[in-house]
Amino acid sequence: MTQEPAITPELIAKHGITPEEYERICSILGRDPNFTELGIFSVMWSEHCSYKNSKPELRKFPTTGPGVLVKAGEENAGVIDIGDGWAIAFKMESHNHPSAIEPFQGAATGVGGIIRDIFTMGARPVFSLNSLRFGPITGNGSAAVANNRRLFAGVVEGIAHYGNCIGIPTIGGEVYFDESYEGNPLVNVFCLGVLRHEEIARGGAVGVGNPVFYVGAETGRDGLAGAAFASRDLTEESKQDRPAVQVGDPFREKLLLEACLELLASGAVAGIQDMGAAGLTCSTCETASRAGTGVEIDLNKVPKREPDMTPYEIMLSESQERMLIIVTRGREQIVRDIFEKWDLPYAEVGVVKDDGMMRVCVGGDVVAQIPAHKLAEDAPIYHREASARPAPEPLGTLPEADPLAALPALLAHPSIASKNWVYRQYDHMVRAGTCVLPGSDAAVFLVREADKILAATSDCNALYCALDPREGAKIAVAEAARNLACSGARPLAVTDNLNFGNPYKPENFWQLRECVEGLAEACREFGTPVTGGNVSLYNQSPAGAVDPTPTVGMVGIIHSPAHITTQAFKGAGDAILLLGDIGGEMGGSHYVKVIHGRKAGTPPRLDYAKEKRVQEAVRSLIRMGLVRSAHDCSEGGLAVALAESCISGAEAIGAEIDLTRFGNLPDGELLFNESQSRIVISVRRENAAAALALAEWQGVPTHRLGFTGGKHLRIKSGEREWPWLVSDLHAAWWNSIGEAMEANG
Amino acid sequence: MKAAVIRFPGSNCDQDCYHVLKNGFGLDTEYVWHKEGSVEQFDMIVLPGGFSYGDYLRCGAIARYSPVMRSVAAEAERGKLVLGICNGFQILCEARLLPGALIRNRSLHFICEHVHTRLENMETAFSHAEVTKSGGKLLTARTGLLLHMPIAHGEGNYTADAETLREINRNKQVVLRYADDHGAITGGANPNGSAENIAGITNRAGNVFGLMPHPERACDPLLGSEDGKLIFQSVIESAKKAAK
Repeated sequence: MTQEPAITPELIAKHGITPEEYERICSILGRDPNFTELGIFSVMWSEHCSYKNSKPELRKFPTTGPGVLVKAGEENAGVIDIGDGWAIAFKMESHNHPSAIEPFQGAATGVGGIIRDIFTMGARPVFSLNSLRFGPITGNGSAAVANNRRLFAGVVEGIAHYGNCIGIPTIGGEVYFDESYEGNPLVNVFCLGVLRHEEIARGGAVGVGNPVFYVGAETGRDGLAGAAFASRDLTEESKQDRPAVQVGDPFREKLLLEACLELLASGAVAGIQDMGAAGLTCSTCETASRAGTGVEIDLNKVPKREPDMTPYEIMLSESQERMLIIVTRGREQIVRDIFEKWDLPYAEVGVVKDDGMMRVCVGGDVVAQIPAHKLAEDAPIYHREASARPAPEPLGTLPEADPLAALPALLAHPSIASKNWVYRQYDHMVRAGTCVLPGSDAAVFLVREADKILAATSDCNALYCALDPREGAKIAVAEAARNLACSGARPLAVTDNLNFGNPYKPENFWQLRECVEGLAEACREFGTPVTGGNVSLYNQSPAGAVDPTPTVGMVGIIHSPAHITTQAFKGAGDAILLLGDIGGEMGGSHYVKVIHGRKAGTPPRLDYAKEKRVQEAVRSLIRMGLVRSAHDCSEGGLAVALAESCISGAEAIGAEIDLTRFGNLPDGELLFNESQSRIVISVRRENAAAALALAEWQGVPTHRLGFTGGKHLRIKSGEREWPWLVSDLHAAWWNSIGEAMEANG
Repeated sequence: MKAAVIRFPGSNCDQDCYHVLKNGFGLDTEYVWHKEGSVEQFDMIVLPGGFSYGDYLRCGAIARYSPVMRSVAAEAERGKLVLGICNGFQILCEARLLPGALIRNRSLHFICEHVHTRLENMETAFSHAEVTKSGGKLLTARTGLLLHMPIAHGEGNYTADAETLREINRNKQVVLRYADDHGAITGGANPNGSAENIAGITNRAGNVFGLMPHPERACDPLLGSEDGKLIFQSVIESAKKAAK
């Protein structure tokens, strides 16, 4: 064996381990660690694996509820009951750092990782979403814009490559563009799977004497210590970290997925865990820790892609498409038969022990020996210092801007524009269950095996979070629930992905804490427990931290196919109603950002009681069969919501709108304010009075806005009148991203 | 009467096809693993979409060497009905059971969207039937009928040499062409650059059919179209007739 480097203070520091943490390691081991053990501790105690800086915050989330079958943190993903013996497992995870360095593989392996988390639970993955953030892609060909486009194109292609090949439809999500993400894009991927209650698989190394199998792809040198890489700031030198980015093989993962589900159904599995971050290290010590046992493995038996790999490299590799399976003794042959059928590598690499140790051997030599539970669970916990950021710059008086030009400009802004350039590249229809195509308030999917209709959405207005993290996080939850309500669904549960800057900077940590508390409070209000998720810190480039982005993935259920509702107007002559008030809050609005070039003001306030009433009202109107379309007002306010309802259907339909009743609000405020708790619905003309009365009866102020039809979206208010050709609005909205991406330079 | 859905490693529309045949049409349907030696006992054979062998070489280029393909070719030779969808179409071309080839989309991007295709020949075993849509409306095959189905592929650009194109036109082997919503065969309606907007063809004998659109994703009003039923109804009727 080659000589291992000596443990020096420099080597310890290079592993991101502080002197205090090193002391802790020595006291756990009762001696100094060797090189391999140091590497193992460095990845397990990285933020990515240990949540050492965020754990006290994460404990604030509500994690229980009547439908929760597996709680957050217990296993690889939470599991929620959906009735009739069926359940869903879902989770969101980030691959921000790898995607910044190598967008295609970074995003692709992110998809691969989240899919493994789901089938590890025994669930068949049925759909994916993603939530993406990039720097601006429009403007005059600066190097920064060109790089943002390269990252955006690469990430989308990587997601498409992996998701399309493995045959799991990518049915929705969100994409935003903002300067703060320049050099540090966010790539959050979500996957949901379905299973029977009795099929829930556990990640424990149970049964002393049970054999431990390694299945899936061979271990290579790719992705070495990726978890540690993800737990520091991105710098100019980060490009040298390219070996820390893994390479994905969706074909291998498809085979692995089918083989594992077949094996789980055979009853031969005692425990199962995927090898994601920290690979073989994490899967062995976590399975042992969960079961209160020990695991001993022999690295000579691990299938390897390259010769002469050291124990350090094998243990820290993040090669993709690998699983660790604890097999019930006596049933080894079932594993061999299934993995041979699928032409996948497998090997019996170890055994479950009763001594609580994670023991790594090379033949007869022990190369690492660490108490598994202490390694997995006893990472230091830090209560970081928080200091509030200064209050946002007040808005002041806004200069006049012509609404005739402002609306198309907002619709063409890539954050608001149609994402068809993106979702056309994703197979969003495989598995033959996509009832609502991408581009409406929420994705709707028929899970055939369970005969259940699910709705899912991901939301986060990071602009609000930058100006007021607590309120912004609350609104992210409220908007997700509102999107589900508009699609006819009742929300069930939440997964979140917390994307923030370096937690050692007190103002970044303050943002994290404010957002977590906002999310936790709102999840309690909406009765949606958090079933798991991911924390991604150190999202900063040399220019600073990204806007705080606590992405919320929410899943709901729709009781009948008749309740599936989309945002587009359905025909001419329907009445258009506004559920909620006209509002007037301009702080943090996209109008102020896009038209006036400022990220300023206090973002809108959320009133839970009002929000819940408006959501309940739209859901009950939908269930009564009154609603033809429903769309919430979010970025760009009422005018953008109306325009999107006009132009997002198979055929563009105009609308005649009269806002005279709302008095003399200035143009910008009247049309583009982003006050919360507002939904635009259309109903058949003859049902308008009934819908209005029912909504009012539920305590929701409701207003007749006008009617659908014609070639224009025409909005009047007293003497003021703004007509837009819907074909022009459609062109601005539909082509904007494609044009930016095809532009030269 | 029995249908086979072949599963190659990397097939991913196998479950969708199985569902439509088994639960939609009530057909006795079985999965056949690609390592199986024979499909002789089946009356119709479906090669589903997906990424067989990851499509890492050329789409369908490795799958054609799967053990089961020898039997598929033999059964096709004997006149049995074979339907290849998307990757299944690519495999049939690679196996020389259909003429021509499918290359990368003109845009070089994967494309997933609903398209219109025009029925060019209503007299094949795969395109002659009449089906009832939910709500009782009839969908009856006729030349010029527009079928609304999704496509989802990176390599669906049909190409063949001039002589082959002449021949498949002469023999009425072209069953579907991409069209606009008025039924016109235009460049703008061609999503991937296919020669002459070709979306689906049969072999000379008319018992092997390959198409890029996914009929199995267009058999349920909840998914936005039931037009795919026409393809399945046709092939099932033809197979039943042949089985008698």
